[in-house]
Amino acid sequence: MIDLRGVHKAFGTNKVLQGVDLTIPTGSSMVIIGGSGTGKSVALKCILGLIRHDAGEILLDGKDVTKGDRDAFLARFGMLFQGGALFDSLPVWQNVAFRLLRGSLKRPKAEAREIAIEKLRRVGLTPEQADKFPAELSGGMQKRVGLARAIAAEPEIIFFDEPTTGLDPIMSGVINDLIREIVVEMGATAMTITHDMTSVRAIADNVAMLHDGVIQWTGPVADMDASGDPYLDQFIHGRADGPIEAVR
Amino acid sequence: MRLITRPLGRLGRQVLAALAMIGRMTMFAGQTVTHLARPPFYGREFLHALMQIGWLSLPVVGMTALFTGGALALQIYAGGARFNAETVVPSIVAIGLTRELGPVLGGLMVAARVASSIAAEIGTMKVTEQIDALTTLSTNPMKYLTLPRVLAATLAVPVLVGVGDVLGIMGGFLVGVGRLDFGAGTYLHNTIDFLEAWDVISGLIKGAVFGFIVALMGCYYGMQSGRGAQGVGRATKSAVVAASVLILASNYLLTELFFSA
Repeated sequence: MIDLRGVHKAFGTNKVLQGVDLTIPTGSSMVIIGGSGTGKSVALKCILGLIRHDAGEILLDGKDVTKGDRDAFLARFGMLFQGGALFDSLPVWQNVAFRLLRGSLKRPKAEAREIAIEKLRRVGLTPEQADKFPAELSGGMQKRVGLARAIAAEPEIIFFDEPTTGLDPIMSGVINDLIREIVVEMGATAMTITHDMTSVRAIADNVAMLHDGVIQWTGPVADMDASGDPYLDQFIHGRADGPIEAVR
Repeated sequence: MRLITRPLGRLGRQVLAALAMIGRMTMFAGQTVTHLARPPFYGREFLHALMQIGWLSLPVVGMTALFTGGALALQIYAGGARFNAETVVPSIVAIGLTRELGPVLGGLMVAARVASSIAAEIGTMKVTEQIDALTTLSTNPMKYLTLPRVLAATLAVPVLVGVGDVLGIMGGFLVGVGRLDFGAGTYLHNTIDFLEAWDVISGLIKGAVFGFIVALMGCYYGMQSGRGAQGVGRATKSAVVAASVLILASNYLLTELFFSA
C-alpha cells in the first residue's frame, strides 16, 4: 500500500503540492487526474524519490520511502514514462532487458534477451523489432517498448505517466487495454497520471483528482460521474466554465 | 542610499551565485571521484567512452599538432634569425610542443569535440527523462554516465597528447627539412639532445588533468541542462566555455607548479 500524508512540494515560490493525502491499496489501480501543471508528475516523482518532497510523509507498506535500501525499494517499481524515455543508444531488446543486464537482477545475456522478447511479444511487438533502435519505431511502438521495459522485471508496483499522450485514439485504446490486462494479470499495484478520460475509464479502479496542490476528490471510478464535486464535474466534462479557472 | 546599495546588492548576488556554482561543481567532482571506489562499474560504458573520446579524437588532435609543429618551426626560425639563433628551431619546437602547446591545444580541441558532445547527449537524456528512467531502473546516473566518461577522458587525453607530441615534432621536422634547409639528421639530433623526460611527462600530466576537466564539465552541464532545445544548447555552450577556461587556468597553475624556479 502506498500512503501519501500531507505531502508538500514547492519550487521556489511556486507551491505545487500543498498537503496531498492519498492512499493506494495494494493490487488496485489508481488514476490521478488533473489539469496540466497541477503537480501530478511531481507527486509521482516524489513517491519514487526522483524529487525530494519538502514536508509530509510518503509510506510504502508502512515504511518511509526516503529511508532504507534504495535499490531494494526501486526494484519493486516499474515505470512507463510519458515520452517513453527509451535509451537511444541501445537496441530495443536491451532497453527492455536493461534491469536484467546489470545490478542485482543481472542474468546471462541470452536469458535476458529471451525475457525481453517475451515481454515485447506480450505488448504486441514481434521479435524482429528487438534489434531495432528506438528512433526507428513509431510513437505507439515506443510506448509499447516502454511498457515492456516497465514490466520486464515483474515489478509489484507500476507507474504510468500520461500513457496515451501523443497517440491517436485507436492506439490510445490499444495501450489502455494493454495496461489494464497487464496490471490485472500481474496483480500489480498501479498508479497512472493522465488527463485523458478514456484512459481513466479503461484503467482505473479508483480515481483521485489533484487541483490547487491537494486531492479535491477521490473515490471508485464508478462513483466519478455522480460525485457532485464541481471540480471533478467540470474536468470530466471538459467545460470551460466552473470553479477551475480556464485561461482563454 | 539606494543608488549605492542596489548595485552592491546585484554584485553580491552574482558573487554568491558564482560561489554556489563552484560549490556545486566541486561536489559533483567529489561525487564522481568517490564512485571510483564503489561498485558496480560499467566496463562496457567505459570502453565505449574510451573509443568516443580517445580513438575518435585522434584525427583532430593529430592534425592540430602537425600543423602547429610546422607553424612553430617557421615562427621560431623567423624570430631566431634576429639573434642568429636559427639552430634552436628543433629544440624549441620539441620543448614548446611537449610542455605547452601539445597539451593545451590538444585539450582545447578535445574540449570542443568531447565536452560539447557529452553535454548535448546527457542534456538530451535529461530533457527526455532518460536520466530519471535510469534511476527508476536502479542505475545510478553518476556511475553509469559520468564516471565512465570522466575516467576515459582522464586516461585517453594523455595518450592523445603523446601522439600529438610526436606528430607536432614531425610537423616541425617536415618544415625544418623541407623549407628551412635543415639536415634531417641534424634536426632529429637537436630534438633528441635537448628534450628531457620531464618535458614530456609534465605535458602528459597536464593532458590527464585537462581530460578530467573536459569530461567533468560535459557531464556537469549536461546534468544541469534546462528544458527544451534551448536548455540543451545552453548546456553545450557552457560546457565548452567552462572546459576551455578551466584548461587555460589550470595550465597556468600546473606550469607554475612544475617549472617555477
